[in-house]
Formats: sequence, C-alpha cells, structure tokens
Amino acid sequence: MNKINDFVVLFANINGSGSASANNLFAKAVFNLGVPVSAKNIFPSNIQGLPTWFEVRISEKGYLGRREGYDFVVATNGQTLDKDYNELTSGGYFFYDSSRLLPSHLKREDITEIGIPLTKICNENYTNPRLRQIFKNIIYVGALAYLFDMDFSVFEESIKSQFAQKAKLIGPNINALKLGYDFAKENYSDTCELNIHRRDLVGDKIMIEGNAATGLGAVFAGVTVAGWYPITPSTSVIEAFEKYCKKYRVDKETGKNKFAIVQAEDELAAIGIVIGAAWNGARSFTATSGPGVSLMSEFLGLAYFAEVPVFLVDIQRSGPSTGMPTRTQQSDIISSAYASHGDTKNVLLFPSSPTECFDMTIQGMDLSERLQTPVIMMSDLDLGMNTHMSDPIKWDDDYEWDRGKVLDFEDLEQKKERWGRYLDVDGDGIPYRTIPGTHPTKGAFFTRGSSHDEYAVYTEDGKVYEKGMIRLLKKWDTAKTIVPMAEIKINDNEVGIIYYGTSSYAAKEADDLLKEQLVNVDEMRIKAFPFGPEVEDFVNSHKTIFVIEQNRDAQMKTLLVNELQVNPNRLKEVLNIDGMPITAQFIVDEILKVTK
Amino acid sequence: MSYIKASFRHPQAKVNALGLSQKDYEGSLSTLCAGCGHDSISAAIVQSFFEMNIEPHKVVKTSGIGCSSKSPTYYLGKAHGFNTVHGRMPSVTTGANMANKKLQYIGVSGDGDTASIGMGQFAHVVRRNLNMIYIVMNNGCYGLTKGQDSATADVGSAGKKGVPNEFSAIDLCQLALQLGAGYVARSFSGDKNQLIPLLKGAIEHQGFAFIDVISPCVTFNNTPNSTKGYEYVRDHLEATGTIDFVPERQELKINHPEATSKEVELHDGSKLILKKNKHDYDLSSKREAMNAIETVNEENKILTGLIYLNEAEKDTHATINSVDKSLNALSQKEVCPGSEVLDDLNEGFR
Repeated sequence: MNKINDFVVLFANINGSGSASANNLFAKAVFNLGVPVSAKNIFPSNIQGLPTWFEVRISEKGYLGRREGYDFVVATNGQTLDKDYNELTSGGYFFYDSSRLLPSHLKREDITEIGIPLTKICNENYTNPRLRQIFKNIIYVGALAYLFDMDFSVFEESIKSQFAQKAKLIGPNINALKLGYDFAKENYSDTCELNIHRRDLVGDKIMIEGNAATGLGAVFAGVTVAGWYPITPSTSVIEAFEKYCKKYRVDKETGKNKFAIVQAEDELAAIGIVIGAAWNGARSFTATSGPGVSLMSEFLGLAYFAEVPVFLVDIQRSGPSTGMPTRTQQSDIISSAYASHGDTKNVLLFPSSPTECFDMTIQGMDLSERLQTPVIMMSDLDLGMNTHMSDPIKWDDDYEWDRGKVLDFEDLEQKKERWGRYLDVDGDGIPYRTIPGTHPTKGAFFTRGSSHDEYAVYTEDGKVYEKGMIRLLKKWDTAKTIVPMAEIKINDNEVGIIYYGTSSYAAKEADDLLKEQLVNVDEMRIKAFPFGPEVEDFVNSHKTIFVIEQNRDAQMKTLLVNELQVNPNRLKEVLNIDGMPITAQFIVDEILKVTK
Repeated sequence: MSYIKASFRHPQAKVNALGLSQKDYEGSLSTLCAGCGHDSISAAIVQSFFEMNIEPHKVVKTSGIGCSSKSPTYYLGKAHGFNTVHGRMPSVTTGANMANKKLQYIGVSGDGDTASIGMGQFAHVVRRNLNMIYIVMNNGCYGLTKGQDSATADVGSAGKKGVPNEFSAIDLCQLALQLGAGYVARSFSGDKNQLIPLLKGAIEHQGFAFIDVISPCVTFNNTPNSTKGYEYVRDHLEATGTIDFVPERQELKINHPEATSKEVELHDGSKLILKKNKHDYDLSSKREAMNAIETVNEENKILTGLIYLNEAEKDTHATINSVDKSLNALSQKEVCPGSEVLDDLNEGFR
C-alpha cells in the first residue's frame, strides 16, 4: 500500500481520555500542510469510559465525505482491540500500544503491525497520572508525524498557537510529540508507505464545526434573545453563540450584555421564549434536535398561525425517540416541514457546510421576519459537531438585515385607513405587524392561536377562517420566490441526482466515481423548502432521479412527491440509515444497481 | 347578554395624571358567564392601571388557555396582548420581557393553566424572578370543558357534578413562596378593596409578583359543597391585614396609629399600609409567611392579603446583566460585529 495524501486513519480511543484534542491536532496538521482533510468523531452517548472513534480522511482530491475502510488504525482501546484489528483494510497498518503484547489470537499476514510502547514511554517520562494519560495521546500523534513523513514544524506551530495563552504548556507538549516521533524513527524507519506531503490545496479555507459557525452567524444576524435547552448534538450552537456574544457583545463602558441567553426548563419553554421575544421585536433563536422539534411542535403551529417570526436550528440526530443520540441522520425533514397539528407548513433551510450554516443563519433570520413564520435550519450531527474544511466566513458591511414588514410610530401615525394585523395589503400574503409599545393609540392587537379575522379579532365564522388559511398559502407561494434556490449542475443527462445537507459531500464524490463507470448524472442540491420552480423543472426534466438522503423513509422524496405531485416511481431512493455519514461508494453502489 | 358595549361615559368622568379616563383602560365586552369572578378581576386591573397612571400601550398582556386566559381582551384594549398556548404563558412572557425590559408585563392564567399543564413553566418563571405580574384566576375547576376538578380543588370539595375531589390541592402561594417569588399575595375576586391595592403593589414590585385570586366559577363550581364558591369563600376569608396602597409622593390621608398598622415601602417610594390583625408577622420572612398560610389552613380558613414581600432579589435582567437599553431597540450597528473582526476570526480557524 503506497499512498500519498489519500487514505483514512482510524483512531480507536476511550471516551473522556482527552484523545479528541490530540486527534484534532493531527487533522489540523494535515490541513496546515495544505492537504484537504475531514475528521469525524464517532462518539458514544457517555461521559467517560466507553469506546470512541475518530476518523481522519486525507484526500488530495478534496473529497470531504466519509470513506469506508481504514488504511491505518491507531488502537489505544483494549475494549475494541479485536474489532479494530479485524476491520483494518488489507495491506494496512495496525498501530498499537506495545507496552502489552497483542493477544495471540490477533494474527493477520496481510497487514503491518507497528507497536509503540505508549504506556511505558509515559510511565518513564511522567509521574502525574493525568499527564500520563494526556501525553499518551500526544505521543502517538508524534509517532504518526514520523510514520507519515509529515513536516514536524507544522505540529510545533499548532501547539504554539493552541497554547498561546498558556505558554508553559507549549514545551511539554512539543516534548511529548518528540518522544513519539523519535521512538518511531528509531524503530520503524521505512515501515509505513502512507505519506502526507505538503501541498497547496486548501487555499484560504478554514476548519470549523457547523455549530460554531451557526452560533457565530446568530451574532452577526443580530440575535439578542436565545432560549434553549441542552440536547446533543445542538448544545454547542448555543455555547458558541454565548462565547461570541461575550467576545463581541459586551458594552465596553458598562460591562453589560447586549444579549439575553435563557436556559429554559425544556424545549417547550425554549421555543416559547423565542416566540415571545420575536413577537416583541427582538431577533431571537433557539437550537435543538429531533426530540426538541417534537416538543416544540405545538408552539410552531402557534407561530405559523399567529404569524410570529421564529428561527429554529435543528441539529438532526438518529431517531426515532432517543434513537442513537450521538449518531447523525437527516430524519426530521417531514416532522419539521409539517410540524404541528392542523394544516401547517414550515420553511426549511438545508446547509451543507459550516460556512453555509453561518450564511443561512443570517438568511433564516431574515426570512423568518420577512415571512413572519417559523424557519427551521436543518443541520445535523455530522455537520454540527465535526470539524469541516470550509470557505472562510464573509460579511458584507453594506448588507442590512431584512426586518420585514413592521410598522413604526411614524407609519402608524400617518395611517388613515384602519390597520389590520392580518390584512394582505400588498398581495403577497404577508401582512404588516406592529411591536408592543410603539404607539399610544394605534397598532395594538391581541395575538392568538385561535381563529381570527383580518383585524386579529376572534372569529368562528368559517368563511373568514378559510380566507385566512388561503392567504397563508399565498404567503407560502411568496416564500418559494425568496428562499435560497437549489444549486443545479445540468449537462443534458437523463439521470439526475438530488441531495441536500451533509449528503452533498459524498454525492459530489459519487458523481466523479460514476463518471469512471461511464454513468453521467445531472445534480441538484436542494437548499430550501418550499421548493422553488427550479426544483420542479429539474424533477420534470429528468427521466430517472435518485434522491440521496440519510433516513429510512425517504423523507425528502416524500416531500417532493407530496409538494410537486411527482409520480413516486420516478424518484429512486438512496437511503443511508446506519447513523454514520453517508459514503460516495454507497451512493454509487445503489445507483449502479438501478442503472446497470 | 348584550354584544355591544356602551361607549357613553359621564362627561366629567375622572381623568388620571396622563389625562386618560378609566375608559381608556377598558377592553372589549366580556364573553364570560354573567357573574364570573374573572370579570371582577378584569375590572380591578382596569382600575389599578388607571389609578397608577400607567400608559396602556406600555403594558403587555399575556395569557395561556382557558376562561381566565380569554380575559386579557376585556382590559387594556390599547395594549398588545398575546394569548399563547395552554400552560405556556410564562415562557412567552419571559421572551417578551427579555426583548423589552421597559414595558409592564401582566400575565393571567387559570388554575388548570398554571397548576396542571403549566406547572413546569410556572415554577421556572418564578425562580427566574421575571419582572412581571402573574395572576391566577383560581376557580378550582376547568370551566371551558364543563367543570372537571382542577389541581387547586380542595379535598372534599364538590362542584356541579356533586362528586367530591379526592386528590390533594396545590397551594400556588406556598409554591410561589418556596420557589422564590418576591411578592406573594392571595385575594378574592369579590373583594375589590383588597385586590386593587394588591395589584398596585404588584405593579410597583420589581420582580415576580404573584397574586392567586380565588374567582368562583358561577356555572360549574359555585355549589354549596364547593370550597371555591362565593358563599364558602366569603365565609372563610382570613386576611393578613387590611391593605392600602399609597403612591409615591402622595401624602398619607389616613393616619394609621403606629400600633395597629405598618408601612411597607416599595422600591420607588410607594407604600403599602397594612392594618395589623392577629396574623401580624414579618412579611419579609418566608418561614413566617409559610407558617401563616398553614396556621390559617388548619382553622379551615383561607389566608388572603399580602403574604410575603421581598424586594431585594434581582430580577432576570439584573441577573443576566443586560444593557439598560431594551434589547429590541439595539441597532444592527450596535450588535453586529461587522467585517472588521473577520480576519482574526478566520485566522483562528486555520
């Protein structure tokens, strides 16, 4: 196996042992060598003790999706030693802590074993048990630096910037790296044919988690009120929001906060807080996962019907129920699109990179206020919690938020005709709203989830109710014209593939792999629901269409069938449901089953 | 009943310091049953806000679901209101309050809305010490669904169906006390003279002000065997003392002898004058307040009046240290960091 800049390393660790930061140090070093990299943390729902894995894919071609098969395994967890040993790809390398001998039943002729006595090295060099544990991780990273023939200075730079605020930790960390590096050099020179060599392939890209970009986006979007309830994998969205608020939103003179973050008693209260704040004119948001969306459903219906802006971030995880809470999935599509009882539809956004999480948080906030309705950004665990190579964050200082149709004091003062909260003045289905406290005599109304007429007055007149419901559909049609358009690559092929969110990484790679098999496809990446006319055109202009997604029930396909009245047989399903990020090979295999 | 509210008012009707008449504080015509206690509470709210010279549009009215929660339309018609979902008024009010700390928040709820479906939200809005008035229109039953017992119905109390309740009653005042409310009061919809000063005190209180108002349901729970009926409640009231509210700067008109009354000063200088009775105790002592409720309970009576007052606790905004300006009034320039921070930010991710 001789590979340069194209292989997968699996780290098998014990949860809570500090391995994730060491593994990230390795991934970051690859990135800093100018080589595209993707890192995926496959962690348990546990605080300490259970097995955890970390996959790093190094891809000179720039493929950032998950790839099956491990070319190099770093095995530091005795609990999973057998599994990790056996799953190594033929011709691969098995790196283990040789302080203890490998059990005799682990015998493979088709792999190379690299034993480095991590525990022994640690015991010889450190007395503090915690340091022994932490530096064990750093030592194996140092050994990898040698084995993969990586430029060591990149690691030194990383450590220096990571511990810029804690300078006394720099020396010991670099020293630990060297312990591993030197041991590998002395004992395993010319053993490993997997190499990571410097390239110039990452440009100005950054390495960031989707949730960090989302929290940052909320700061730029002007969110001042956040209500939230902790739930994996969404918690880090609010943590990031708080971190950046503390950095950018504390009044320098008074030390007071230009934000309010309320940790609520549950998801119901979290969305209630968002609704109350948005209704009262502040930009607000919350982040949750599938179980939270279920709990928020009643309130989402209120916001839909009473026309209150809501921006909600759903970091999807494997359902149903508690499901696999630390595994990814795209399985809240239908429950979010039609959340709540009665006839409801919610606007959805589908980001597929951290940078897009940032951009769509701003867009989502704007759309929710423009449309006065819930907008749900459908991220997922893979996008939210893993570090992705992504375009840099950009902000245009000339950009002004779209606060939608809000009447201020002057507007109300000038108003001659009677104002109606639910009156469709402009013919786009979007009425004008007022904020409490604006005007002493004009613009007050009673917001309610019960049926109301155009003047917000309670009514049980079926015709009046019906008129309001039909107007909401008109607003829905307006939404189709202003939500982000699908990204389409067309080359007159008969076969089209449709994908969204984190399936995009693998789908784009699959397109290349299919070309090698002489199967050419057109591509469409859906970025929003409701679907704009371009989505309908794409669906209608392709004979066979594959809808690639990460759920069991083909939820996006169902939305397409339902909303566009497509014959279901025309849409083939490519469904990955095991909770691991979808791979290009899986997509290719599924498509070839049909096309060949 | 009439569906048209008379707009006629006496031409010399009293105006308040803002030049507004009481009519400016009214809402639309009630659609509750004739004689419903809730309408008396609405009337007391109208009078209190009028006499306290609060600009109606600077008030936000919120509610949950149920008979009680319909009532915000019956007062302060010039104020924005929000009829939320069942049991969730506290969270919406929390969000609204976070957005704009400069308005006055008054939430009304019922015993079902608060003590059952909304118990969690009630508990947490109390412990956050949100600056709001929280009124429970407490009738011990579910009116809109035809009279089922609620969680505040006393053991043995029977409504129109005649079946005595067998489950323990939740005392919302005790709960509010335990959870840290700074202003806890109980009143009776039929006792305007007590309710109005309590409402005025609540308006002045900076923090969470809770008033449990027993408000009989004339249709389903005004029976001889109900402990929430007019007759029973009237016969079993036991006040902590008669109460008067004296606004800031206003001279005391009645000269209370030192021995029989005491003054409680609110944060802006207004005063609550309490005429002492046998239940005189230190209103700022949670333990004594709890004891007073239990003692009166043991006598088979209902303790009303101001039960507890502690103005020292920080409200939510003070705790989270928010800026003086309302968050909803901050401009894009004030909250968006802009492109100048991006170089540093992006570099941090490389």
